[in-house]
Amino acid sequence: MTKQPAIELKNITKRFGAKVIANNNVSLTAYHGEVLSILGENGSGKTTLMNMISGIYFPDEGQIFVNGKEAVIASPKDAFGFKIGMIHQHFKLVDVFSAAENIVLGIDGGKYNLKKSTEEIKKISEQYGFDLDPEKKIYSMSVSEKQTVEIIKVLYRGADILILDEPTAVLTPQETAKLFDVLRKMRDDGKCIIIITHKLHEVLSLSDRVSVLRKGEYVGTVNTAETSESELTEMMVGKKIDLNIERSDPKDPQDRLVVKDLDCINRDGVAVLDSISFTARSGEILGIAGIAGSGQRELLEAIAGLQHISQGDILYNDPKSGKTENLRDKTPVQIRDLGVRLSFVPEDRLGMGLVANMDIVDNMMLRSYSKGRSAFLERKAPKDLAMKIIKDLEVVTPGASTPVRRLSGGNVQKVLVGREIAASPTVLMVAYPVRGLDINSSYMIYNLLNEQKEKGVAIIFVGEDLDVLLELCDRIMVIGSGKITGIEDARTVTKEQIGLLMTKTGEEE
Amino acid sequence: MAEKTVTKLHREPLFHIVKRDDMVWWKAWGIRAITIVVSIFVMVFISSLLTGKGMIQTFEIMYRGVFGRIETGSFKMLFKYFEEVAILLCLALALTPAFKMKFWNCGAEGQALMGGLGAMVCMIELEGKLPLAVLIPIIAVVSIICGAVWGVIPAIFKAFFDTNETLFTLMMNYIATQIIAYYVYIKGGGSNVIQPVEAGIAPSTGNAHYFINAGIVAVLTLVVYIYLKYSKHGYEISVVGESQNTARYIGINVKKVIIRTMLISGAVCGIAGMLIVSGIDHSIRTASVGGQGFTAIMMAWLGQCNPFITLIMTAIIVFLNTGAGKVADSCHLNSAFADIFVGIVILCVVGCEFFIKYSVKIRGARKGNKE
Amino acid sequence: MIIQFICRAILLGVPLLFGSVGEIVTEKSGHLNLGIPGVMYVGAISGIIGSFFYEQACGNDIAKMNALLAVLIPLLCAIVGSVIMGLIYSFLTVTLRANQNVTGLALTTFGIGLGNFFGGSLTKLGGGEATFIALTKTSGFFSTKLPFADKLGWFGDIFLSHDFLTYLAIIVAVIVGFVLNRTRVGLNLRAVGESPATADAAGINVTRYKYFATCIGSAIAGLGGLQYVMAYANGVWTNNAFGDRGWMAIALVIFALWKPSVAIVGSFLFGALCNANNYIQGLGTATQELFKMLPYVVTIIVLVVISMRKRREFQPPAHLGLPYFREER
Repeated sequence: MTKQPAIELKNITKRFGAKVIANNNVSLTAYHGEVLSILGENGSGKTTLMNMISGIYFPDEGQIFVNGKEAVIASPKDAFGFKIGMIHQHFKLVDVFSAAENIVLGIDGGKYNLKKSTEEIKKISEQYGFDLDPEKKIYSMSVSEKQTVEIIKVLYRGADILILDEPTAVLTPQETAKLFDVLRKMRDDGKCIIIITHKLHEVLSLSDRVSVLRKGEYVGTVNTAETSESELTEMMVGKKIDLNIERSDPKDPQDRLVVKDLDCINRDGVAVLDSISFTARSGEILGIAGIAGSGQRELLEAIAGLQHISQGDILYNDPKSGKTENLRDKTPVQIRDLGVRLSFVPEDRLGMGLVANMDIVDNMMLRSYSKGRSAFLERKAPKDLAMKIIKDLEVVTPGASTPVRRLSGGNVQKVLVGREIAASPTVLMVAYPVRGLDINSSYMIYNLLNEQKEKGVAIIFVGEDLDVLLELCDRIMVIGSGKITGIEDARTVTKEQIGLLMTKTGEEE
Repeated sequence: MAEKTVTKLHREPLFHIVKRDDMVWWKAWGIRAITIVVSIFVMVFISSLLTGKGMIQTFEIMYRGVFGRIETGSFKMLFKYFEEVAILLCLALALTPAFKMKFWNCGAEGQALMGGLGAMVCMIELEGKLPLAVLIPIIAVVSIICGAVWGVIPAIFKAFFDTNETLFTLMMNYIATQIIAYYVYIKGGGSNVIQPVEAGIAPSTGNAHYFINAGIVAVLTLVVYIYLKYSKHGYEISVVGESQNTARYIGINVKKVIIRTMLISGAVCGIAGMLIVSGIDHSIRTASVGGQGFTAIMMAWLGQCNPFITLIMTAIIVFLNTGAGKVADSCHLNSAFADIFVGIVILCVVGCEFFIKYSVKIRGARKGNKE
Repeated sequence: MIIQFICRAILLGVPLLFGSVGEIVTEKSGHLNLGIPGVMYVGAISGIIGSFFYEQACGNDIAKMNALLAVLIPLLCAIVGSVIMGLIYSFLTVTLRANQNVTGLALTTFGIGLGNFFGGSLTKLGGGEATFIALTKTSGFFSTKLPFADKLGWFGDIFLSHDFLTYLAIIVAVIVGFVLNRTRVGLNLRAVGESPATADAAGINVTRYKYFATCIGSAIAGLGGLQYVMAYANGVWTNNAFGDRGWMAIALVIFALWKPSVAIVGSFLFGALCNANNYIQGLGTATQELFKMLPYVVTIIVLVVISMRKRREFQPPAHLGLPYFREER
């Protein structure tokens, strides 16, 4: 049986503003009864491309064919008309509505009868093996429940072309396996499943074919059965890259930061950190690996004095005085006043580390503005620092008075890391420092971290790319569901071992 | 084929709105300036239709109505204009730090009324008991405290419980109004009017009060500008306004900044109230601030948190308001015409921001040309 | 005495009920329309203008006036006038994405100006000599009581003696409550106010919902202005007499927790609070002024309590006051 094409994209181009080209001349085809993976690095234009199929964006150039006919998809409503449904990475659900209300939202025609709809929802749930209470409010749901609502929402509309954007990013391995089962069932039903991802093993285990995007350009499509991880990687990054990150042995490591039995409970009363204990040593890079949202952010914020700690201690050994300070329950200002030189490059660069609408000089002041007794600001030193960072780190910017929101991702990160390093820290914490950065900028960040390591700074590096963690760090701590599942020597441990530790949760001990 | 194209053209979005990159500042201000000028011309045209007078004559009535006959050496009207600008500007300046912090203080009216009440109480109770040199500082301190208290109450709830400040500050206005009504009734002996009191920060007769009021506000403009641009507090306000997350990250106590800024905002409103009550009217009534607290919100917003631009906007709006009132008067129409005039000009300026932030592309034109 | 008090409270409450139900509809779409006070002025003056010309056309002779037309003309005029205000607001805030607070306040300035201008100049513009507008004849038609109202004692007074707009207000509130909670349109509208991106992704035309909600909300609010001049003020327009009722209507929205059914009770309660001073023995005029602040104080308490309790069901629409731009990036 020859498969019928469900979606055909021809020469699609989408620009944002004058400078950013999100998709350039992309053409690809997806068939009924198959799972197609759209593979690409962060920022390769996968989501933008799919948003054009689902009517969120409208292409600047090119054509879309649905079931062989040219289609104009100007709005999500049009997409539903073509039986296209997209499950976004950031769930589009109304928090105060129940699952059923969310599912029937936006459907025209027919009498509004929530009870009848609830019955139909239950039927769909049974058909594919979902577990969902239609009357439960979204705000009291877990992430995987919310995803289930999203999927049933598109099924309820009778979609036979399903697009899933990074569906596993927030799921546990068990939940992922369950989701894949459901997706396979749908494929066997004759539906067309398109899944956006950057995880190779998922591509290999689930999909029939893989289309690869790189920097907004279409690279090619291969059959999963006929490809390998290395071929896909090559397609994704352009050429086979041996990371080749330099790594020196730690010199004279001393215990700089000792974390003991740290517990942390979030606003909803859930334990996000559970008896975390580890030591960060000077002159060494401690990597932290784990599935996104396992407590990495909370851990760094707890150390930086931004999270309330319910139990445990954070001890800092001052290299000069030799004194030990407990940072627990101290505000960032108090920590600074103790003379602790703690620098922190947070995950959310423009929303936390920097102020998007301020220029580079004013962003330099964030750390230092309160120094001195004068009631007025001193802009000379920050300006010099800004000029120095622009020069040393090759920041591409029209000038020091340009708002940082107008810089590209890599340059934003250089500004942020530059500022944090300029404080000559003794402890440096970085969270996903190369996310969304091009290769060159990434290497510049690795080199900066290595320089700091040479200077004897204790570095804590939260990363997502295991290859980078394995080549850059001295030790790797793996965190799963708020617990430490292992601390390994990065020089000897294998990728598989780390992967295994990542998926281990506290209950399995 | 032709039919298909037609339906397609119909279905594609005709207008496509795109967010602009930053517009150069002079272009942005050019658009605003053109909008103001064009909307004024349109409104003058409408006025001339309504009154049956020519446009030039209408302009002249406005100009004479605001400035009087300066060439004959009569500056009274001009002074009065400056004073009106000063009062409205003072209220707008009070709101500027709050707006910079993205705190929607819609309570200038009430905060100014409470400041005025503070001044009035001092004036009534202490008149004749203390020399003016002692009384004036007391009036100033009391009205500043009253305004600040009225401003800080919503701020405290905002800081600790994230209570919606727009609605809270709005409600506070009417509580203040009723308190004034109560006070006026008690002190007015049931007549709804308090007889003017002699004591105050400026004499009620002569020209001196014009200079005192305008002078105080001129200094205040400079102070607010410096405070926001060059002080550490001002920097903290910007950071909190732009991103509370960043503020937390660098260790700014967000609650403290919110409360402190609203203390200042309320205090400056209190000063405005004091200027009105103790500098001009020497009495108080519920309409003492006369809705200027609301106009000030628009002025502060039009000024984009820059006190000097706020000054220019205020000068324009007060001119239009007084002038349009005079135009209506000249034909025995109701002077509320001024509100219509000013309302439309402001609505136009508010609307023109769209063309600064976004650009509109007309789609379909490309395909249409092909045919 | 008590009956009179209740009737008076209802009479005072009806404009607030119209205003707040209108504002609830608007706010449910995520737009905080601070122009409602202006809209209510415009509703009132549009009605006045309509009936003014109708009375003139009939030569001010009550015998020539048709009861139905006398009611319908001002009603339609009030609706058209307030919908135009709603259109201005939604064009600026929805299409042009202007700041809602500033637009609303400017609209209030504009609307109150419009009301006072025409209120003060209408007779002159119409070529008449009278210095003020008194449309007592039209008002008479508006205030017609239901049959049997006088015969059923206290029951008739409390339930049957009101002008028809009072009943319309309650009916509108009940219908709006029903539509919001029990229909697809209501579900979609609430979604637009909670999370426009979600609604958009679900295929709801966010712009259209926002426009319709704002305009329908304005029309409802405008009727409040009409009820005030026709039934409360007996057809006599006095500049600024409508006063702060528009703001009180906005307060009532919070007090009612964005629920029209609560607004019905709330409006009569607010009406009673505004009026209680006249009926409580020994209350001086001074204390009466303090009494008038009670609705606002109560509203603030409600506002604070809901922000402290954080019950999700009682919160304002999550996207209230924020503009929506689909291609935000």
